[in-house]
Amino acid sequence: MKTHLRGLAAGLSMAVAAALAATPASAQTPKRGGTLTYMIPADAPPSLDGHKENTFATLHATAPFYSTLIAINPENPSSSTDFVCDLCTEMPKPTDDGKTYTFKIRKGVKFHDGTPLTAADVARTWQYIVNPPKGVSSAREAYMVMVDKVENPDDETVVFKLKFATSAFVPALADPFAYIYKKDILEKDPAWYEKNVLGSGPFKFSSYEIGQSIKGVRNPDYYHEGQPYLDGFNAIFAAKQSVRVDAIRADRAATEFRGMPPSARDELVKELGDKVTVQTSDWNCVNLLTPNQKKKPFDDVRVRRALALAIDQWKGAPALSKIATVHTVGGLVFPGSPLAATKEELTKMAGFGTDIEKARAEARKLLKEAGAEGLKFELMNRNVDQPYKFIATWAIDEWSKIGLKVTQRVLPTGPFYEGLRAGTFEVAVEFNCQNLVNPLLDVAKVLPRSVYPENYGGYEDPKLIELYNAMLREPDPARQREKMRAFETYALDTQVDTIMTPWWSRIIVHRSYMKGWKISPSHYLNLNLANVWLDK
Amino acid sequence: MHRYILNRLLLSIPTLIGAAALVFLLMRLIPGDICMVRLGGSGGTVSASALAACHAQIGLERSLPLQFLDFIGGFAIGDFGTSMWSGKPVVQEIASRLPVSLEIALLATIVAVAIAIPLGTISALKQNSWLDHVVRTVAIAGIATPSFWLGILSILIVLDVSHYLLGSPWMPSIDYVPLWDDPWGNLSIVILPAITIGYRYSAVTMRMTRSAMLEVLREDYIRTARAKGLVEQLIINRHALKNAMLPVVTLIGMEFAFLIGGLVVTEQVFNLNGIGRLFVLAVQNQDYTLTQALVMLTVAVFVVTNLVVDVLYAWLDPRIRFG
Amino acid sequence: MTAVTDDLPVRRRSWLAASLRFARRQPLGTFGLVIVVIAAIAGLSAEWIAPYSPTANDFAAMTEPPSAAHWLGTDQFGRDLLSRIVYGARTALIIGFVSAFVGGFLGLVLGVASAYFGGWIDDVLQRVMDILMAFPLIIMALAVVAIFGTGVQNVIAAITVPLVPRCARVVRSSALSIREVPYIDAARTSGFSHARIILRHMVPNVVAPFLIMLTAFVGQAILAEASLSYLGLGVQEPTPAWGLMLQGGAEEYASTAPWIAIFPGLAIALTVFGFSLFGDALRDAIDPKMRER
Repeated sequence: MKTHLRGLAAGLSMAVAAALAATPASAQTPKRGGTLTYMIPADAPPSLDGHKENTFATLHATAPFYSTLIAINPENPSSSTDFVCDLCTEMPKPTDDGKTYTFKIRKGVKFHDGTPLTAADVARTWQYIVNPPKGVSSAREAYMVMVDKVENPDDETVVFKLKFATSAFVPALADPFAYIYKKDILEKDPAWYEKNVLGSGPFKFSSYEIGQSIKGVRNPDYYHEGQPYLDGFNAIFAAKQSVRVDAIRADRAATEFRGMPPSARDELVKELGDKVTVQTSDWNCVNLLTPNQKKKPFDDVRVRRALALAIDQWKGAPALSKIATVHTVGGLVFPGSPLAATKEELTKMAGFGTDIEKARAEARKLLKEAGAEGLKFELMNRNVDQPYKFIATWAIDEWSKIGLKVTQRVLPTGPFYEGLRAGTFEVAVEFNCQNLVNPLLDVAKVLPRSVYPENYGGYEDPKLIELYNAMLREPDPARQREKMRAFETYALDTQVDTIMTPWWSRIIVHRSYMKGWKISPSHYLNLNLANVWLDK
Repeated sequence: MHRYILNRLLLSIPTLIGAAALVFLLMRLIPGDICMVRLGGSGGTVSASALAACHAQIGLERSLPLQFLDFIGGFAIGDFGTSMWSGKPVVQEIASRLPVSLEIALLATIVAVAIAIPLGTISALKQNSWLDHVVRTVAIAGIATPSFWLGILSILIVLDVSHYLLGSPWMPSIDYVPLWDDPWGNLSIVILPAITIGYRYSAVTMRMTRSAMLEVLREDYIRTARAKGLVEQLIINRHALKNAMLPVVTLIGMEFAFLIGGLVVTEQVFNLNGIGRLFVLAVQNQDYTLTQALVMLTVAVFVVTNLVVDVLYAWLDPRIRFG
Repeated sequence: MTAVTDDLPVRRRSWLAASLRFARRQPLGTFGLVIVVIAAIAGLSAEWIAPYSPTANDFAAMTEPPSAAHWLGTDQFGRDLLSRIVYGARTALIIGFVSAFVGGFLGLVLGVASAYFGGWIDDVLQRVMDILMAFPLIIMALAVVAIFGTGVQNVIAAITVPLVPRCARVVRSSALSIREVPYIDAARTSGFSHARIILRHMVPNVVAPFLIMLTAFVGQAILAEASLSYLGLGVQEPTPAWGLMLQGGAEEYASTAPWIAIFPGLAIALTVFGFSLFGDALRDAIDPKMRER
């Protein structure tokens, strides 16, 4: 029934998920029944509408209620290319030179109110996501630029017509926020889904108390045979780290699905032994230290290079991995992706060298040449502990070793983004975090703002854009990889537009009785709980 | 008396308007706005058009004086608007969080009074004895300890002790249940935060009771009573305690209003979905309407408590006349 | 001439005697003073006392329990906790004293002005103080930090604002009781300037409650910084600060590396404890009614 579509982005394969404690035997037969209690590490999301929101808090609260057209394979979520049908019957082969995708929709699927879900609902949903009518907002409009139109020739068929063929389309289609809504409701009141839930997913909505909890019960009419296994779930909002660890320890909740710091893992394993299971994965998120090139002396590439050279990535990553949710030294590309630089390739770039003393000597020299010896500046950071503030503490100490005096200014989310957008900072701790591993699009973060609106480095660079476009359009995987190196080297070494820090590592500690769930490289994925069961 | 109360209520109007202006300006001075938090908070693309749409939907594109008049006008007729974050009426947002905060505040006050008044009295009667020193040390320690530290440690102690005694760690539920649904479950949730807050609160009250008692005990009429040979117990109960209660009542009232501050931190530590947490959330989300309503609520509670305390004060001490 | 020189040793002796009397009568207060003095010495001479740099990461010594090399252990980044606490004393005292003095001074000025001038000035000032009193402190602090960002001076500003009205209130009521005293009236009618009357006659008379309040404010400011830190908006790395250390430590390491959570907490609690004890004793010593017992 589930058809796999492999080899989209040059056959990416990753075996990053590794269980530290004993992993449950996958051959076990799932048991039915029970209620899963888990925590959402956030305060209340602004709304329940996946189409409008960007925050994982919305996803963690509502994903179990909804179906999507396709999804990452829940049995193999660590792969970034293994997509399966959720509402469609078969993953289609593109026609028309890769510009047309025709999906057949399952028959007999019902919304939770008993009405049938048809291709018309799927098509209207996607039309609203891709091209929302005036007055309706869609958070994913920009991601779906390649889609020209979505058609609905009959009750079983949805056709996506693309503007240009791209391997970025299918991963974008598997966006976990792309809940299938009911056509009539969308047309009548596009804001209805902000405060209400009506899906066709494995669980029916039962209750929601803002800032407290959201609950669901089994959908008896669910279309995937035998699923869900749980009778229901209770998701509790718990924003503070210490509360969540305590709650798992006392079994007030089985887990959380975002990611915990190493200290939490250590404590829970120490206290609970094999009563908890740890799953870890590389995480498709990374913090970047971005100098504002509109501010002196950061317009000087020598100064930026010195900032990069001062940081000992190779010594920092293993040490930080003991205390923060970071783990792997990497360049612009998610480590583990075939497009990512090897260690040897990395070491050729500024700041990735293996001789730190030499690098720091060079950094001091560069600072001197640039007249920026003993430079004092302010690092702007967001009010998030893990790993933002850990990264900052580390970087500030590394910079002090070449005589830089750095203070830190921490801001809550709103003022932080305002600072980025207004360019009032000197150097900022930024982040790049995407849901599906799609390096071709993910690396666009370093493109100038005129091309990529979320770049805050304050530079324009036609050469960089040219390198990117050449890489993006290259059909041959090996050459694409070479062009990715050229792009990466130019951004990180020639221009030093941003300074990498170790890529995040996702650590999920869950009660061992929770089975069936597998970790993925993103906290946005694999959250509908259909295949989760309790071994109690 | 009625005139006094009326007068005081009239005087509170400028206070309310001033507080309204202050919160209105303060919130708008914070860079960025709720749309940026909402759209950009998770690192998504914030397009200019989405931002504009969000502003229009919330009404942020209107001029500041217009927004202020809207806020004040609404407040005057009891319309607090809708939360910019959730889109739900502010009244509903607050009402769903009020019970847990009120419960803890009340319980903390009971804990505080129950500990503070007897200990404070004893401390005063046995001034400079070892007992006095111990009581004062405990009291000052309560004031000196950061409450979140106390909270985090107290949960850990419960976990460790229960682990040791029961074989598996236990802690109260992190999912609040109302008192009338499950009294035992509810009590187990609120008792730790109430003690955490109540301890600090009792420390403040204990010190006040002690010094008020000391002062009263030196008054002439107590000396007279003693000279007349009245039984010590009687002197304390009938004369000293009653008069010493005046400043204590003031303090209890004032501190009750200040509890909001204590709740802000404690509710986070214990994952309670109360007013304090809502407050922090509203400020951090830059939810103007909700923050404004919460500040006005706090200010109103403060004004009313002050008034009640003053009236109570006069009632306890007939020497005070209303001017 | 000779009278003056003769006078000095006598005064010194009486000062010493007063101190001794204070110590005898106020053992708790003396204990508090000792704590305060220790914290002050630590803060003033951190460079000489601290065995390590408070900010240098040492990845070879992360989260180590107390040992001979690190008396209080090390934190997540391998930094010596004792050194950080010693340097943190400086941050704490800067925040405590600056907030207390600035807040206290503004409160003193406003309170005395309010009492002395009376009339509409008093009315307006009182309303403003009412607003500031009623305004939830932590929210005001959050807003101030959100506007200006973290940083020691902004944190101080955030903590100071709420102290002003509380000081003004107390000073005003003390000053009011003096205003009607005949000698102030006399000074007024004899044409002395307002400033002179206020400074020469009113201020000295409100000094006692003012001083007592200052000691309380120092402690409160140190605690307020810790609360802000818990919300993530207190003093930030790389500045060593107790609230900052406690937040990180208590949140993540209270169970696995308790020394990271315990020692900064003790530093805060002990210092505030010291200031409170000393303040109490000061009140008892200064208050004439208390003295006569």
